[in-house]
Amino acid sequence: MKIRATQAIMECLLEQEVDTVFGYPGGSILNVYDELYNYRDKITHILTAHEQGAAHAADGYARSTGKVGVCFATSGPGATNLTTGIATAYMDSSPVVFLTCNVAEPYLGKDSFQEVDITGIAMPITKATYLVRDAQTIPDVMREAFAVAATGRPGPVLIDFLKNVTAPSVEIDYEFVPWTQNRRLGSIKALADAHELKAPEPNSDDIDILADMIAQSEKPLLICGGGVVRARADKEFRELAEKLDAPVAITVMGGGGFPGGHPLTAGMIGMHGSQASNVACNECDLLIAVGCRFSDRVALQPETFASQAKIVQIDIDRSEIDKNVLTDHHIVGNAKRVLELLNQRLGQYSHPEWKEHILPLRQPSIPRVSEQLTPKQVLETIRRLAPQDTIVATDVGQHQMWSIQHFHFDYPGQLLTSGGFGTMGFGLGAAIGAKMGNPDKVVVHTTGDGCFRMNCNELATVEHYKLPIITVVFNNGTLGMVRQWQHLIYHERYSETTLDRGPDFVKLAEAYGLKGFRVTTQAEMEKAFREALSAGCGCVIDCMLDMDEMVRPMVAGGAHITDFLLH
Amino acid sequence: MKQTISVLVENRAGVLNRITNLFSRRAFNIESLAVGTTDDPTISRITIIVDSGNSVVEQVEKQLNKLVDVIKVRTLDENSLIGRELVLIKVNATPKTRQDIMTICELMGARVADISPTSLTLELSDTPDRIEVFEDMLRPFSIKALARTGVIALQKGSGNI
Repeated sequence: MKIRATQAIMECLLEQEVDTVFGYPGGSILNVYDELYNYRDKITHILTAHEQGAAHAADGYARSTGKVGVCFATSGPGATNLTTGIATAYMDSSPVVFLTCNVAEPYLGKDSFQEVDITGIAMPITKATYLVRDAQTIPDVMREAFAVAATGRPGPVLIDFLKNVTAPSVEIDYEFVPWTQNRRLGSIKALADAHELKAPEPNSDDIDILADMIAQSEKPLLICGGGVVRARADKEFRELAEKLDAPVAITVMGGGGFPGGHPLTAGMIGMHGSQASNVACNECDLLIAVGCRFSDRVALQPETFASQAKIVQIDIDRSEIDKNVLTDHHIVGNAKRVLELLNQRLGQYSHPEWKEHILPLRQPSIPRVSEQLTPKQVLETIRRLAPQDTIVATDVGQHQMWSIQHFHFDYPGQLLTSGGFGTMGFGLGAAIGAKMGNPDKVVVHTTGDGCFRMNCNELATVEHYKLPIITVVFNNGTLGMVRQWQHLIYHERYSETTLDRGPDFVKLAEAYGLKGFRVTTQAEMEKAFREALSAGCGCVIDCMLDMDEMVRPMVAGGAHITDFLLH
Repeated sequence: MKQTISVLVENRAGVLNRITNLFSRRAFNIESLAVGTTDDPTISRITIIVDSGNSVVEQVEKQLNKLVDVIKVRTLDENSLIGRELVLIKVNATPKTRQDIMTICELMGARVADISPTSLTLELSDTPDRIEVFEDMLRPFSIKALARTGVIALQKGSGNI
């Protein structure tokens, strides 16, 4: 069947069961948006305030639903505005397909208006990039892009269409093939054969070896990493933890992979890890890390990391094995599949003494006594009033660490945070994506005054699409995390971190047509949050906090994991 | 430590960029790089010689394997590869010195590619070690220009990557 090239792009989205896309139009991508107009009943397009917001929204949609996110942008500045969002998705292995259009073939490479080599720019921050110069390749490229983004270790992919390829007069041969079948077609089949697109089947002997190691261990520790979340392997991981009767340390990206309130939870591990997790890591005799790449925020000092333990790494990505920390044993495969097979071979273990030694250490650190509203009070109020399955999107910095420490995340996709890239301004876009993908859930966006000021323009999107997202600003008038380092390490030289400036976030919310609240006490916070929950529209709660609050505990970068700078 | 990495890739625009990118990200220098199509015109072979520690190259090899456009990667060890390089050397040559230069050429198995009243341009295809010997021998005559292709390599025996 002959159809328009742009029509094929839309049909290929439908093949993948895409019903929501995020983006921003422009000159080069006009033809695609013109076609989108024909498909507006089938594909909902969310117009953000800025391409970066669209990129984060598509990412948040992907993380919270487990589906592939889709984001459109035009050439040149439209495309470069995506890059922070692409890198954020790449570092956290989030599957997003970015579609951009470039200038037409005769203008390519001539520094034409709004021309940029986006496939070149995006190369180190994507799994793959495609430049489409021949319209007939559209179905193959689209199918391959989705397969690459979603399979193996997920991640972002970018397709750049030349404008002439999308011209209304261009027609191609096309046949609709649902994604479940099209992965066996054309270019993708070769790809699947060559790259084992599906995760490699775990080696059965490797699993036997691990089962033996477990049988010999007296002090086992489990690390729940981002791979558990991406593979939606939470049930299998929980079964493993309960069979092992071992403490569970959770990384930032692992939040939601294991219930935060479970009796075996030892808390976060690493730089701002709990004493329980960090001490357990140092004293355990067997450490099993699932879907965890031992980043420098977890394995702060790789040479002494878990020095008394046999280290076992379970990861879908072979290139992560032995990258940051040398392992004693590893299994390459999808976390869900590996744990399924492992659980079948395990009996019930019991480690009461070890648990008794570690788990009592997890009590939260003592907060600073302050007359003012404290971060803990803010978070406890949210936790008490919001439904247990509330999705939390964070920005980056102190409020991010506090949010992860205080909330209990029970399922994959409940916590949306930029763990790898640490992107300030990620949260609001991600919250928009999460709300679009999960309309029945409450979505709370926690942010700091520095982060919020970066991308608060997306409040316009929140208002326009009537998304009842609650933004809670931890407003301490400073770039808190950087200030904390300046306080502890830079002799209180607060270079350019004091944010003594506007805007008034309550008035800003109102200017966007949303509700704003300013709170200075716990009672005010409680009242405001209750109102926000029932407001039915986007709300901004501006929480006035002390600028000297710190994230506790803290281990300095590069230091031994139990060498706490702060308790 | 020098390592020879042979990579089979899809013959598409931008692939070489993606591959060299992996090396530059880890800040190690590519000593030589040769690219050409194979018997299948849709597939290219890239031969890279890189100087670095052992473990790091292993990491790059794994990363290369992940790339969508990469079909196969193999680190070839010194003993199991046939590596050849082509060099063109333009050397000063007068009627007086020409015969001496020709003697070196004969000994090394090089050919004359071009001649002028004041110069000879020589070509030699050989292992990098022998090319260096050839270069050293010609240096006393004054080398005017030199170009090397970089090593291309295949595995010894009937084995194939």
